[in-house]
Amino acid sequence: MKHTASLPDRSMLLIASTIISGIIAYVMILQKNNIESYFVTPVVMFFCFNLYFASAWNVSRVAKIVAFVGVLFIGIPMIGFTNSLYLQVAVTICIFAAMSLGLNVVVGFAGLLDLGYAAFFAVGAYLWAIFGGTQANEFIAGNLFPLNGNLVFIFIPIALFVAAGVGALLGLPVLKVKGDYLAIITLGLGEVIRVLANNLNKPINITNGSQGVRIAPNPETSPLAFITVPLSEATGIPFFQMQLTMYYVLVLLVVLAVVIFTSRLDNSRIGRAWVAMREDEVAAQAMGIPLVRTKLIAFATGASFAGAMGVLYAAVIGFINPNDFNFERSTQILAMVVLGGLGSIPGVIFGAAIVVSLNQLVLVEISRVIGLLNLPPRFDPTQYQQLIYGVILISMMIVRPKGLIPAKRNPAKLENLEHGELAKGVK
Amino acid sequence: MSAELFFGLLPITVVDGLSIGLMYAMIALGYTMVYGVLEFINFAHSEIFMVGAVVGVELLVNLLVPTGLHPLFQLVIAIVVAAAVAGALAVAIERVAYRPLRVRNAPKLVPLISAIGMSLLLIDVMRLILNPANPNRPFPTAGSYDFFSQQLDLGFVAINFKTITVFVVVMLMLAGLVYLVNYTNLGRAIRAVAQDQSTSSLMGINVSNIIVLTFFIGGALGGVAGVLYALKYGVASPVMGFIPGLKAFTAAVLGGIGSIPGAVVGGLILGLLETLAGTYLPLMTQDQIGTEYKDIVAFGLLIAILIFKPAGLLGKAVAEKV
Repeated sequence: MKHTASLPDRSMLLIASTIISGIIAYVMILQKNNIESYFVTPVVMFFCFNLYFASAWNVSRVAKIVAFVGVLFIGIPMIGFTNSLYLQVAVTICIFAAMSLGLNVVVGFAGLLDLGYAAFFAVGAYLWAIFGGTQANEFIAGNLFPLNGNLVFIFIPIALFVAAGVGALLGLPVLKVKGDYLAIITLGLGEVIRVLANNLNKPINITNGSQGVRIAPNPETSPLAFITVPLSEATGIPFFQMQLTMYYVLVLLVVLAVVIFTSRLDNSRIGRAWVAMREDEVAAQAMGIPLVRTKLIAFATGASFAGAMGVLYAAVIGFINPNDFNFERSTQILAMVVLGGLGSIPGVIFGAAIVVSLNQLVLVEISRVIGLLNLPPRFDPTQYQQLIYGVILISMMIVRPKGLIPAKRNPAKLENLEHGELAKGVK
Repeated sequence: MSAELFFGLLPITVVDGLSIGLMYAMIALGYTMVYGVLEFINFAHSEIFMVGAVVGVELLVNLLVPTGLHPLFQLVIAIVVAAAVAGALAVAIERVAYRPLRVRNAPKLVPLISAIGMSLLLIDVMRLILNPANPNRPFPTAGSYDFFSQQLDLGFVAINFKTITVFVVVMLMLAGLVYLVNYTNLGRAIRAVAQDQSTSSLMGINVSNIIVLTFFIGGALGGVAGVLYALKYGVASPVMGFIPGLKAFTAAVLGGIGSIPGAVVGGLILGLLETLAGTYLPLMTQDQIGTEYKDIVAFGLLIAILIFKPAGLLGKAVAEKV
């Protein structure tokens, strides 16, 4: 707090740069037809710097809110109208950020290694893909489907509970035994769910097997159509672009909700129990923490997040197949959590952003260059994503096990204890 | 299905199941020995198995087949080289990815994550080496390799020489391992380290060397299993390790992790049950439930064993070390 004098300057600078970038993005929409696509990248990077400084600088709260809201809710959607690639990447980042935050509860907070996280994601995704598309007509008579897209908001809580239930059911036998087994059981579960998704097309066609399930895009019944259609008519922006923007805002709000929820969890009684258990199971048990119940809550919470995000994923992407939920997907999410920092909420979001943009922007770009240089296609980096996850996992564990943005826990201070501040929550 | 069909298929299914079970047992030994010494699941073991298979097949195809030696002799050379390479790889992995973590006494989660990373890394490096457009390496079948497809009719069942080779090689390896662990000083040292690291180091055992040796033996067994697996299924590929690795771990838990006879018993039971399920489920349900469901049978078994007998069939329940 010594540099109080310099604080207003930085805050003003941040607000100013946010406004400037907003103006640039607006000009870009107006000049859409005259702008080359490569001009968009520096603007997006400018946005990212804004976000970075908003989180790294010690600026006033108002400036932070202006920067975050300005960039996330105004800047990026505006860029999306010019070039929808970045908006798609942003949507994917948000979906994966929310999922990694869920896995972070299991691995980061509670210290349980879950290697089949994609299974819960699959539960949610199939739930919506089957009932939100025409697939359910295969086994439910009456041609009732597809359901109205707005029912997705009812399916999100349903998937939340279904996935949590699957997680609890599976966790119950496993969590009683030593933690090492959990990793392998969840690995097996991931495989089981994939086998089921691949083979449940007979005797009754539930999952459509390896061909996957497609939700036909339909402007009238798609989620949020009641906002998207009038908005698209009023602004003249094509429907699907408007829809993508709406989805972006939706997933962004979901991430916000997940961040608030997990940070509240982290500072709650159960959050402290998780940390205690993670650090030393025996000591935690001696302090009266019921191990199985505490583990089960962590496991089911993480699973429920993945289930809910699965519904959103199916709704946004519109097509799923069993290979979307293989072991590679689980390790991808794990790599995001480990890269950002186990137990660190900003870290995990950061990790998701890095991994997704690496996959969808950087590697694609490198593979394009390789194509231009006529190098043999076996060096195309987009097919070696597992290699990248592997390197991330090993090197982070060896060099920086706490991740890029390590988790902060406020140590209990004696003076706080005396004032009874900490005691409030402990009871 | 008719009783005739049921019993007609039974002998060959049992033989097949036992041979698969023996291979699972060989892989499971790698998990169980490392777990016995370090209490740590070496997730990269399934990829060591894969590397052994690929090395063996590549060696056969590129160097040994042109020599025109007897295929069994070629196979023995391939197995020895694959075992050496896989063992060396296991030691190298321990050195790079696990030892730095063990030295600084990291929490348990850390080496597990590092091991997962190693497994992913090895798969993709192997894909890069073999060319991802066509990463499968078929086991030689032409010419003198007809030998392995020939049937030996025992009256009640006809077994091909692939299966017989698997039986003989695994039995020899297991006998060698049992001798090493139970009747040599080295084996005694391994058992001592598994029981108590600090006390055994006080007794003059170089714990670090024993850990390296354990990784080497486990890796070599995995490599041999890899070559046999490629022989049995006719192909080696970078992604072949995942499912057998998972099954072998299930076998290790089934028998009681850390126990060497347990790994063998677990492997045999798992191989048998899974093959029976894979054969009879589709037959009994008129193909409504496919062969793929045998994987679910295996993991169902794993979950059941963890509920009812978490220490495994031959393992002893031990309290957590504090």
